[in-house]
Amino acid sequence: MRAKEEILGRIRCALGDGPIPAEIPRAYRTGSLLPDDEVIELLVDRLVDYKAGVLVLDAAQAPQAVAEILHAARTVVYPQGLDTQLLGALPETVELIADGRQRQLSVAELDQADAVITSSAVSIAESGTIILDGSADQGRRAISLVPDHHLCVVPASTIVQLLPEAMERLTITRPLTWISGPSATSDIELERVEGVHGPRTLDVLILRDA
Amino acid sequence: MTHVFLGMPAAGQGNLHASEPFPQAAHHELGNTQLRANLRHATHTIRDKRLKVVGELPDWEELRDAGEAIKNFSMATLEQRLEEFERNFTAAGGTIHWARDAAEANEIVTALIREQQVAEVVKVKSMATQEIGLNEHLEAQGIDAYETDLAELIVQLGHDKPSHILVPAIHRNRTEVRDIFLREMPEVDPELTDDPPRLAEAARRHLRKKFLTAKVAISGANFALADTGTLGVVESEGNGRMCLTLPETLITVMGIEKVLPSWRDLEVFMQLLPRSSTGERMNPYSSLWTGVTPGDGPQNVHLILLDNGRTRALSDRVARSALNCIRCSACMNVCPVYERTGGHAYGSTYPGPIGAILSPLLTGIEAEENNSLPYASSLCGACYEACPVKINIPEILVHLRAEDVDSRRGQARLPSQMDLLMKGGSWALGSGKHLGLLEKALPLGQLAAGRRKKIKKLPGIAAGWTASRDIPAPPSKSFRDQWNAEKRSQ
Repeated sequence: MRAKEEILGRIRCALGDGPIPAEIPRAYRTGSLLPDDEVIELLVDRLVDYKAGVLVLDAAQAPQAVAEILHAARTVVYPQGLDTQLLGALPETVELIADGRQRQLSVAELDQADAVITSSAVSIAESGTIILDGSADQGRRAISLVPDHHLCVVPASTIVQLLPEAMERLTITRPLTWISGPSATSDIELERVEGVHGPRTLDVLILRDA
Repeated sequence: MTHVFLGMPAAGQGNLHASEPFPQAAHHELGNTQLRANLRHATHTIRDKRLKVVGELPDWEELRDAGEAIKNFSMATLEQRLEEFERNFTAAGGTIHWARDAAEANEIVTALIREQQVAEVVKVKSMATQEIGLNEHLEAQGIDAYETDLAELIVQLGHDKPSHILVPAIHRNRTEVRDIFLREMPEVDPELTDDPPRLAEAARRHLRKKFLTAKVAISGANFALADTGTLGVVESEGNGRMCLTLPETLITVMGIEKVLPSWRDLEVFMQLLPRSSTGERMNPYSSLWTGVTPGDGPQNVHLILLDNGRTRALSDRVARSALNCIRCSACMNVCPVYERTGGHAYGSTYPGPIGAILSPLLTGIEAEENNSLPYASSLCGACYEACPVKINIPEILVHLRAEDVDSRRGQARLPSQMDLLMKGGSWALGSGKHLGLLEKALPLGQLAAGRRKKIKKLPGIAAGWTASRDIPAPPSKSFRDQWNAEKRSQ
């Protein structure tokens, strides 16, 4: 404990002049002004800019769209809490593997899977960000990371325009993953290249409320 | 004899020093035309991107104001914030360690790795571990640390040093990167081209197995949220997610100044940071974790809170706002000095305008050659304009220059050339009569300039000025003489 006490002692000594912090001004935007359909349009625009595949559909059309997007996959991982109706139109040739409390897939098994499908907690239109919080329909963090193709379902009711609006809906102490497009890098001459270690393909299904 | 009292802020150690004076180091770097071309291309690309995405937000200035105030609040109440963070992080199953300096942090990390009985670890890019020289320390202990960020990988495989805090390999172009990969990756396709997507794929293949089998990962953190005990890492490639999710043990090293008072503050910094650093609306991936989540991710989670000179910087009331830095690198991307010299000239882990103040603040102005860093600026102020938390870098540079001069007062027995010049200047400019007397000597200057009307070489320390430029011949009459003559003639 000596190091802790010494560091805290140093801090007290360093702040011996007793600085008084000013009130924090929060004059930035915290509430959305856009109508819902424009918020969805904004999210689509941002995600397309990040080179994600995006479809906006009625919830009833979702199973068909899932089947089309995952038509080339042989094995697909999904979290145990996912609404399995989404998987209803997939051909029987596709092997579906649930990951959950009863059975946690190993990293090697995840690496063998062609794709993963999850839901999401909140999405921010202005920055094109989808947030996963580890709920039962999203699963633990590893499943949306290791397979090379991530199909993410975004219910329209979970989309907000601004980041501060998203914060109100999040439980910050859950393990959170914020996703803004497929994995990318700008490390070579600052040129953006999609596809490094995370899923190289990101498809997003935005589902209008039934 | 000096006394060190318990609780007195102490100087930081590690990779924080300029080992040769900045002007000399800059001189070597300026000779590298490839480096200058690479840097110019890269800094201009990112400047334009940043301006575009910042311009999209109507409330950018309000976000900067909030960011500055939040950081000031954190620094002014740092002790309470850190204790609050420790309580919450510990309650969630994490373990906190405190490190007074680089050596202590390195020891703690080594011991934690040893406990897991492994000889290799994967690493997410982290400034703090670069600062304390963790990789070198681990290597000496027989532990291999694999950098997983693409740019860090390029630096590590190239046996090179980082030159930028966000894009450490900014000084390398694609062809150089390909050559390094061909040389250092045994399994790589010999037909590898310099096309960036091909290079990124080579990095993916090279590291994949490491990620999937690593037992221990080491990371930094961009933020720590005091009221929830949450840590956050912001990244692009997914290497961060790999390291933060798959291994059983996660060891994070973070400076004590990274703590934010509240989880709500994230709404400010997650808008400021990505736009200022990579010029994106949002970086591809961010991960937040609060201690341990049963059944999800690492179950053995540690955080090392690092001082290493930060309390020393905190004790400087004029300059303590340098600790507000969120390591976005916007200041170096807009700096005319950095654009030409590159990051290596600054010696320290922290280059560019922020490095020119942060390095001497962490180590003390008298450490090695760090007193030359506050002069590595034209004081143009572009860094202050770009800084998302409004650190007044030019003001702190001037403050540190004064500290440098004060630190050397009374050292020299004989007055230096600079002292004499300043004395002379103060005599000449102190009265109109003195100046008039000197102005009578202007024709002498014309004579010295000769027929070409240029002075090519000045003596003594003034030679520094003429080393890279000529001085035009002075006029035959001073402005004041001409003014008087003009008035008389009217």
